[in-house]
Amino acid sequence: MAASITRKRRGRFRRYGPPLLLISPSVILIGIFVYGLIGSAFQTSMTSAHSAAEFTGKQPTEFVFLGNYTAWLATKEAHHALLNQLIFTAVFLGGTLSLGFLWAWLLDKRAKAEGIFRSVYLFPMAVSAVAAGVVWKWLLNPNRDAKAYGLNRLFQTLGLDFMQNSWWTKNLTWGIAAIAMPAIWQMAGYVMALFLAGFRGIPNELREAARVDGANEWKLYRHVIFPQLSPVALSAIIIIGHMSLKTFDLIMSISKHTNYQTKIPAIEMYRYMAEGDYANAAMVGVVLLLIVLVLIIPYLIHTTRAEKNR
Amino acid sequence: MRRISFLTAGMAAIALTLSGCGGSGDEKTTDSSAATEASETTEAPETTPADTDTETTEPEETEPAGTGALVEGASGELDIFTWWTAGSEALGLEQLILVLEAKYPDIEFVNGGNAAGQGGSGKEVLATRMNAGDPPDTFQAHAGKEMQDYIDADQLTDVGYLYDQFGLRDAFPEDLVAMLTQDGKIYSIPSNVHRANVLWASVPALEAAGLSTTDAYYASIDDFIAALEQVKTNAPDITPLSIGTTWCQVHLLETVLIAELGADGYNGLFDGTTDWAGADVTAALEKFATLMSYTNEDRDSVEWEPPIQMIEEGTAAFNIMGDWAPASFDAYGSVAGADYLYAPSPGTQGIFDFLADAYGVTNGAPHPKAAEAWIDVISSKEGQIGFNKVKGSIPARVDIDLEAEGFSAYQLSAAEDFASNAIVGSIQHGCAVTIKQGNAINEAVSKFNTGATDLAGFQAELVTAMS
Repeated sequence: MAASITRKRRGRFRRYGPPLLLISPSVILIGIFVYGLIGSAFQTSMTSAHSAAEFTGKQPTEFVFLGNYTAWLATKEAHHALLNQLIFTAVFLGGTLSLGFLWAWLLDKRAKAEGIFRSVYLFPMAVSAVAAGVVWKWLLNPNRDAKAYGLNRLFQTLGLDFMQNSWWTKNLTWGIAAIAMPAIWQMAGYVMALFLAGFRGIPNELREAARVDGANEWKLYRHVIFPQLSPVALSAIIIIGHMSLKTFDLIMSISKHTNYQTKIPAIEMYRYMAEGDYANAAMVGVVLLLIVLVLIIPYLIHTTRAEKNR
Repeated sequence: MRRISFLTAGMAAIALTLSGCGGSGDEKTTDSSAATEASETTEAPETTPADTDTETTEPEETEPAGTGALVEGASGELDIFTWWTAGSEALGLEQLILVLEAKYPDIEFVNGGNAAGQGGSGKEVLATRMNAGDPPDTFQAHAGKEMQDYIDADQLTDVGYLYDQFGLRDAFPEDLVAMLTQDGKIYSIPSNVHRANVLWASVPALEAAGLSTTDAYYASIDDFIAALEQVKTNAPDITPLSIGTTWCQVHLLETVLIAELGADGYNGLFDGTTDWAGADVTAALEKFATLMSYTNEDRDSVEWEPPIQMIEEGTAAFNIMGDWAPASFDAYGSVAGADYLYAPSPGTQGIFDFLADAYGVTNGAPHPKAAEAWIDVISSKEGQIGFNKVKGSIPARVDIDLEAEGFSAYQLSAAEDFASNAIVGSIQHGCAVTIKQGNAINEAVSKFNTGATDLAGFQAELVTAMS
């Protein structure tokens, strides 16, 4: 009996020990540098450390609980930043998903020179956001008519003068949507790759079976292809959605953190940090984290359920 | 495209600076005069009589104009944080390093700002180091209130004793020393002085508009608005007033405030004697709004250089910007008087809107002696001459014969004004307001100029920003 118990224990160690040892360094590192720091940011966000002196303990700080959150969320600036974020995310998501799907669908039709097109669509991803921002800043210049250059000049050359636009510079509500254009340009190719993989993963037999059953092209897509693509679409939404919350470099290089038109929470966080207001910087950071969680948690639940059912 | 050429220039300048540092090790042993100058204060084992026979190639090193090393026993590393890594600033820094090598051959110059990148990100890295208790010996900042956060956090030491030791209270203008002093303490030493209230005008554009092409000074903002209107009517293709993004707009606002309130009224905005909510401020803001209606459409998407380029090309008539602009005019090949004019910004004759780069000694500096030596270098005559001649600014010292030193005509006129005018501190450039107040003012201006607030709302936000 005793021998079998030890053997069982040894067996259990054999089974769980090496993997546990193997992952423990990353568990410890992630514990400290991800979760530890999240905790630290959360703690800072609930203090009144609004200057370097308070942050370093030269002046007293107090615990204000959620005071920083309620104070910030009550301001017009916060509403503006959050609305900008929402519009940016919506346009970014809509643009990348529709363009990405369209390109993937066209390529899946066995277009000629598929390889070339695939690369062309993917190229913008290789450009850093800052470099893309510098180019797009020039393209999105709001000068018109004789002084125009960039896209406005292109519209003039094409005789589409009415399309000339002030882009992000004038319209307080929708200006941010112009900044989503370069973001779409960068990421649509990636979404295309996702969808293309999805298309290629659908066995030809299914299409043939549907056709045999008398499905027309629309019905084929509606009932056979789209359901098979929905996990891909969900991944794309999650990936693009959280990327849009992290968009900071693009806005900083096209606009500037002082421009009110293009303010989003990430920019606000930077501003607070730069002026030594660590409590509010941490607060905005935590708000961003919570928004990401709202996106990610349902997705995690969904995937774990799907894996269990498998 | 301009941006890219700036970057390239920056890279080249960084490379130059680095090579300058790298070469210093060899020069130490061969440079005879510098070694003798410092020999009384340092061990300097390499100073042997044989060294005096060694040839030196740099004339300004063999015969420094100044009094030599003022700090005794300074040697080792100088851990400094500066973001003068590009263009004329980097070239100026090189001059300072030459002076440092001549005066203090035993000090090794190590710039933490180089690694951190320039400008914005550099400041964040600096703040992180300061707050983590790992300060550099000395760092670059705008002189004045911008340093307030560090002072409140007890991260800077009072350097009043260095002013006495180096005789700076007599060398700098009285107004300036008074402005930098708080409660009897001084925390920074300016290396150079810039003037913010300068009007730049394009001669061809003035010609097209039928305005005076010899004198660009306007006695009041109203006169200036009349001139802008004349440009608009007579030369509709020319932008009357070119301007850049938010900070340039705040820069314009401060010159309007100075013109409308006068030097005393403007200074009163920061000590509480002038009311930000007052009627005279309202009138100034109204004029600011009028001025903004004459500006270029792409203002929010450009820095200060493209608007200045419009003056060079004659596509804009006027621009209000600090006197770092001449570097751009020179690069373009514009000649003062023939291609462009300069004058105090409208209504500010006799007032010098001041800003300066400055250094302080940090509290807990690992090498305080080296930091003091650096302060000596930047405040010394040879340091201020070498740096400012290249950078285009003027020395903070008023006891230098600039004409004999070969400074430009603009620099001579600015220096004359600096020595005689009333000096007021710049808002945008960190002299009169703290970083937090400056950010809040920037936000208020951006909101007003994009239509998010009306004039009353704008003024209310300025009041909140300064409270």
